[in-house]
Amino acid sequence: MTRHIPWILIAIVGAAALSVVAVSRGEAVNALWIVVAAVSSFLVAYRYYALYIARTVMRLDPSRATPAIRRADGLDYVATDRTVLFGHHFAAIAGAGPLVGPVLAAQMGYLPGTLWIIAGVVLAGAVQDFMVLFISMRRDGKSLGELIRMEMGQVAGTIALFGAFMIMIIILAVLALIVVKALAESPWGMFTVAATVPLAMVMGAYTRWIRPGRIGEVSLLGLVGLLAAIIYGQSISLSPVWGPIFTFTPLQLCWILIGYGAVASVLPVWLLLAPRDYLSTFLKIGAIAALAIGIVIMAPPLKMHAVTQFANGNGPVWSGGLFPFLFITIACGAVSGFHALIASGTTPKLIASEAHAPMIGYGAMLMEAFVAIMALVGASILDPGVYFTMNSPAAVIGKDAASAAAAVTAMGFPVTPDLILQTAKDVGEHSIISRAGGAPTLAVAMAEIFSHVVGGPAMKAFWYHFAILFEALFILTAVDAGTRAGRFMLQDLIALAVPSFKETKSMAPGIVATALTVAAWGFFLYQGVTDPLGGVNTLWPVFGISNQMLAAMALMLGTAVLFRMKQDRFAWVTMIPTAWLLICTLSAGFLKLFSADIAVGFLAHAAKFSTAAAQGEVLAPAKSMAEMEAIIFNDRVDAGLVAIFLFVVLAVLFFTVRTCLAARKVAAPTAREIPAQLVPAE
Amino acid sequence: MSLFLHRLRQMARMMVGMPDYDAYLRHMAEHHPERAPMDRIAFFRERQEARYGGKNGGKCC
Repeated sequence: MTRHIPWILIAIVGAAALSVVAVSRGEAVNALWIVVAAVSSFLVAYRYYALYIARTVMRLDPSRATPAIRRADGLDYVATDRTVLFGHHFAAIAGAGPLVGPVLAAQMGYLPGTLWIIAGVVLAGAVQDFMVLFISMRRDGKSLGELIRMEMGQVAGTIALFGAFMIMIIILAVLALIVVKALAESPWGMFTVAATVPLAMVMGAYTRWIRPGRIGEVSLLGLVGLLAAIIYGQSISLSPVWGPIFTFTPLQLCWILIGYGAVASVLPVWLLLAPRDYLSTFLKIGAIAALAIGIVIMAPPLKMHAVTQFANGNGPVWSGGLFPFLFITIACGAVSGFHALIASGTTPKLIASEAHAPMIGYGAMLMEAFVAIMALVGASILDPGVYFTMNSPAAVIGKDAASAAAAVTAMGFPVTPDLILQTAKDVGEHSIISRAGGAPTLAVAMAEIFSHVVGGPAMKAFWYHFAILFEALFILTAVDAGTRAGRFMLQDLIALAVPSFKETKSMAPGIVATALTVAAWGFFLYQGVTDPLGGVNTLWPVFGISNQMLAAMALMLGTAVLFRMKQDRFAWVTMIPTAWLLICTLSAGFLKLFSADIAVGFLAHAAKFSTAAAQGEVLAPAKSMAEMEAIIFNDRVDAGLVAIFLFVVLAVLFFTVRTCLAARKVAAPTAREIPAQLVPAE
Repeated sequence: MSLFLHRLRQMARMMVGMPDYDAYLRHMAEHHPERAPMDRIAFFRERQEARYGGKNGGKCC
């Protein structure tokens, strides 16, 4: 009993912190309360719930050989120290998602987001990652698509693979859109990000020919280059010659990114992708650690309200009410379907013992949720007036400081034009109005926190561009790597109909598949960039729905496997989060399709515009009949996409139910695990 | 302390998908003594291609 006492104390501290966060009204709550509430909840959940799942639900067996032991080859299958593997897995799952989602969610106040991140990760997100890791670990480290095929049949596997490809396309488009939003009209940011391309190529040449394999050395070299780029970026942006050269409109940036994606994804990996991944990975881990330290040192008060009036819907940042759209918007920080692809990727091939699975599968996801909590804190320490100025579309608040200040003040968040101009000046930007997408908002918050710790107000502009660079860098890496991955997924899919398409020796299928992948995400990026409501408004919910649906699919796989292991009396562990995710995603999907509210429903929006077009009317924001047609077409494509996601998830649900019912009729376990083999004695 | 630094270095390399070369050599010596192992540079290039070639599902959002 005594061994439980420290954990009981942690639980009490966490509960106390959570009640401070939840109950305080009127006076500013310190951000540290949220941090303490989250960390204590995570510790207790890890100690008890993860252990319960490991021992009772999965019945992990440390004496059972993992793929890294049975198939050891020193390359893909390597028994890896668990802290080292934790780093590998965390670096693979942490991306832009947990930083952006919570920032957008802050429009409803900090409380709903905080509660969902904590509850969601403990009961759903971490369970999903852990479960997929477990399933893959027992099956030679096979991928999610193969696992679904093994346990639920060929058709289910193919549908899931197709769903995963569509999700990849939307993710790439949304990530690219975030970069466009962050770099448009920002010569300083644009210069530093553009400078990373030649910089990475120099690093690539260095690791190829000069000092092959010296990753640490070349990364330090790269870091020096990056810092120089940020510092010189300021003079570039102020220069009358160079400033305009690096100033791009969103539309120009959209085409630049599409061209970049097409070229970068066919270059040799050592030239651009690998060296930039070194930079972005280390910068990401470093920035996350620095942010955590910064928040603890600064202990900032939260300026955002606990719950804003936008919890009822009609918020300017994204449309829709708290249920279901908050759960869709936060996405990766609480539950991320994409992690199922990572947990069934390299990690299961590297895990040394089944006993390490809770720390890697469950623990790394808790860490990711902690990153999401920090992003939420970041957005909430900003003046709410500044937050809504940055995140509301120009169609709502206009394009200059006076109109923005008036509109945001009218929302109930007082802000002066001077504060808007001063904030932009502090961070070295022309304007901070309507910079939706999460990255600029988070960068302002990070500049606030970092400059408090190092350098004071004079360093704000430096830290702002440092934060933008760090986000843009790993998004560009993801765009490049994702386009390559999308290409192979597409080749696999097309090969189902045309077997010769899988041919990897000839160039043509690869080029066709790459072009199709880039065209697909490029289409949605273009649509988002030209969307008068800012694009994030339209695309982020579609992304959120798709990501949460992938998570639901992974949890359904987990449920099916538990039934087939004859562990069905414990299957509530995956069934409860599955049910919740299905409720959220299906209702969000149906609302996106059929809601009569034109701010939410794609079809209602299309109907309004096509009725007007039939009468020869042009509705704002369209300025011509051609733009009217484009809006109607985009609405219908988006509706079609949501319908596809709904079909995929319902199909997987059907196969899951069928699999579970079949498993119940059989007395013995039917799960197709690789037969147990003992760890060889040393 | 040196063990800690060693681990840290391993972790940093593993974050970008680069496994331990010495462990690879040990594996080859134990299990395939008849085959010549790749040298350090070939190992680095092989692993780089394996990680970034695109068949590993890419990066996370």
